[in-house]
Amino acid sequence: MSGATIGAEASPAHASSGSIGEFFSTYVFSRDHKIIGLQFLFSTLLWFLVGGLLALGIRWQLAWPWAEMPVIGRMLFSAEGGQVSPEFYTMLFTMHATVMIFFVIIPILAGAFGNYLIPLMIGADDMAFPTLNMLSYWFMWPAFICIGATFFMPGNGAAGGWTSYPPLSVMEQAAPGSGHAQTFWLIGVTFVGISSMMGSINYMTTIIQMRAPGMTMFRLPMTIWGMFITALLQAFALPVLTAAGFMQVLDRLINTGFFIPEGLVVNNSVAMAGGGQPLLWQHLFWFYSHPAVYIMILPAMGMVSDIISCFARKPLFGYKPMVYSISGIAGLGFIVWGHHMFVSGMNPVLGMTFMVATMMIALPSAVKVFNWLGTIWGGKIQFTTPMLFALSFVSMFIIGGLSGIFMAATPVDIFIHDTYFIVAHFHYVLFAGTAMAVFGAIYFWFPKMFGRMMNETLGKWHFFLTFIFLNGTFYPMHILGAVGFPRRLADPYHYETFRHLLGLNQFMSVCAILMVATQIIFAYNFITSMFWGQRVGRNPWGANSLEWAAPSPPGHGNFDFQPVVYRGPYEYGSPEVDTDFYPQTQPPPESSDGEETAHDA
Amino acid sequence: MGRIWSILFLLVPILGVAFFVWAIADIWPLNNHWLPENINEPSRVIDGLFMFILYLTGTVFIGTSLLLFWFLWKYDADRNAEPVKYMHGSHTLEVVWSILPAATLLFIAIYQMNAWANARMRRPTIGPGVDLIAGTADDELKPPLALVTGRQFEWRIRYAGKDRLLGTNDDVFTVNDLHVPVNEEIVLQIESEDVLHSFFLPNARVKQDVVPGMRQFIWFLPGKTGRYDIVCAELCGWGHYKMKGRLTVESADDFNSWLAAEHAKQEQSSFSASEGEE
Repeated sequence: MSGATIGAEASPAHASSGSIGEFFSTYVFSRDHKIIGLQFLFSTLLWFLVGGLLALGIRWQLAWPWAEMPVIGRMLFSAEGGQVSPEFYTMLFTMHATVMIFFVIIPILAGAFGNYLIPLMIGADDMAFPTLNMLSYWFMWPAFICIGATFFMPGNGAAGGWTSYPPLSVMEQAAPGSGHAQTFWLIGVTFVGISSMMGSINYMTTIIQMRAPGMTMFRLPMTIWGMFITALLQAFALPVLTAAGFMQVLDRLINTGFFIPEGLVVNNSVAMAGGGQPLLWQHLFWFYSHPAVYIMILPAMGMVSDIISCFARKPLFGYKPMVYSISGIAGLGFIVWGHHMFVSGMNPVLGMTFMVATMMIALPSAVKVFNWLGTIWGGKIQFTTPMLFALSFVSMFIIGGLSGIFMAATPVDIFIHDTYFIVAHFHYVLFAGTAMAVFGAIYFWFPKMFGRMMNETLGKWHFFLTFIFLNGTFYPMHILGAVGFPRRLADPYHYETFRHLLGLNQFMSVCAILMVATQIIFAYNFITSMFWGQRVGRNPWGANSLEWAAPSPPGHGNFDFQPVVYRGPYEYGSPEVDTDFYPQTQPPPESSDGEETAHDA
Repeated sequence: MGRIWSILFLLVPILGVAFFVWAIADIWPLNNHWLPENINEPSRVIDGLFMFILYLTGTVFIGTSLLLFWFLWKYDADRNAEPVKYMHGSHTLEVVWSILPAATLLFIAIYQMNAWANARMRRPTIGPGVDLIAGTADDELKPPLALVTGRQFEWRIRYAGKDRLLGTNDDVFTVNDLHVPVNEEIVLQIESEDVLHSFFLPNARVKQDVVPGMRQFIWFLPGKTGRYDIVCAELCGWGHYKMKGRLTVESADDFNSWLAAEHAKQEQSSFSASEGEE
């Protein structure tokens, strides 16, 4: 038990006593990592719905431009006769990306799964700093409020793109969404950063300091390695984004002119200050946001490794190369940010060096794919719902990883930069990759979180339909990109080059609508299983890692015994035992008498 | 059930490749769904590199996806009677599949550099400099044909005119209407008056963000006459989508007479305007 808790808090099993104060301290302002993890999970899933609906707005306009939006069109755009206005469209893609990145992917990986799994998987009773952990969740709320409130400000939200490039985002007169909405957007993102920073410090400390006896660094499950490296990335990259965010706020509020050059005339009004450089923002922004791309995928890669090894009933192939790969990705991740800026006006000589670094970062990703294939080879594969989602991560990550090489090649990037090719690329990595891994992780750890199974039949339908429709939505984007179809255009069809692409866009939009509709199956399954799912014991999947040795769901303090670790988490099919799994806590047959003999290898 | 799921994963490479082949083969309904016509002779190399990377990544995509399918098919727990292969990895394999991709990726990177330098760093020249040796740093750079200024939401174009100097009396002004002579290296100076824009010629494989406060040059060599789109490819506000220009490539004679006519039109209107002021 960590030192931050005092007195009565230290006694477990107090959850059911009646006073309102205890209800708040147990379920609302809880310092228990599991409650905090679930709070993150529920919040991010709700925002996932919001982000998905914003995406449907984008798809609606691209498939049926300027058509009256059914049902909600009249409510939202009474002045425009129910059709999407161009400024609203600009807001839609800005807020879709903002919500999905800052409110869904980053907090669901690090906040929800990081919080829930780290202490359980390393054999600790809680995080190192439970109060800081609680604050990391509650600092998301100012962010939710700031960015949620922008929907009701002039312009209906920030509209400078999620990258928020100045001068568009700095000059109030530049766009309808560049008024207060942009200021609140920046403050909201800063709060997300504060929350992530608190989480990051906590995760690093917990993983380094609070591992159970026998849990060496090289006995950690890949999920924990993913979370650990992610925490390091956040700790080193976030300060830059926070600083840049404050600089942009200052530019906006007191005309400091960090990013504004001299002599600017925007919308017929002259900018007051000058002497800044718009490219400075891009460098600072991508210095954070490129490592953030890995923040958005490394934990998913870790979880997928654990799920695949468990359901292939076979040790993870190349554990140490996998660890070195994600460390390599993290290291190289800090020197590739310039590949977002090949055509930005950055010195072309720099482009060459960034190209070489970017090409090299594809290497550890390739090594990981080969190792996943090696894990499946020669196993006994169980096609459970979590396994299907994990396998689809591998299958889709191959596409998303390979398409990145096109953008990394500077001359090719000249043509496909800011086209749908890049949109295809990052949706294959972030939706078809990370979001599918997150679904898999939810199905996998749901029994641990709630003590009940999710329905497998519904889960498989959810997987099957999502898999079909996501490919129907995102795969054709590669073709659009090859034609040069630009992103972020409210109506690309008045360019003759792109007029004939409407049909393909309509097909993609139909798939997108069906894909969002498919998530109703997931929501139904999630909610009903929470209350009426089949009850399970500690280890329904026959898995090895420590969290499966704890009760389902684990009580306050997690373990009802002191876990001692004897081996790595991937000993499936070991000849030493008769079962096809060999939990980390199970003493070896020779020394079955004493748990005290745990050796630190 | 394992077989059904294996086949689902087999469909990924099959349909994935079929979709690209269909688009490249130009068959309905995916006709014209591929790289648009390229009129810029030197940038043919960009299309070549695109196809080169496509074939390379396509091979890896097919190979790894087929392996994934085959392992799922063969090692399905319901059908695989063999015991699990209890192993933790292979040092040899790790070395092989690290070095091969590393060498390939490094090769791709180095292979691209010349094309990048030609597109971005080697502005066309009109003669050797004072040292009289072509290809050295003091070569005389070709002056821009015109200055293109992006502003919300239009492209303002200022031709250098007969004296080939920008900012002189014979400059010709147009909006969204860029004419260039065919078979000649065109150099354009691009700037922005307000926010970021991006000057994108899909048919010439030219794209360059236009940054306020920076003076930049782009160049291309149109080899075919016709009318093409000028697209803004960087978000510049609510009207970003309609920031559309037209590029007209025409014979040198047509270009010169068009420029003269525009100049005359402009002289006349400025004359009458100044007359009106008096």
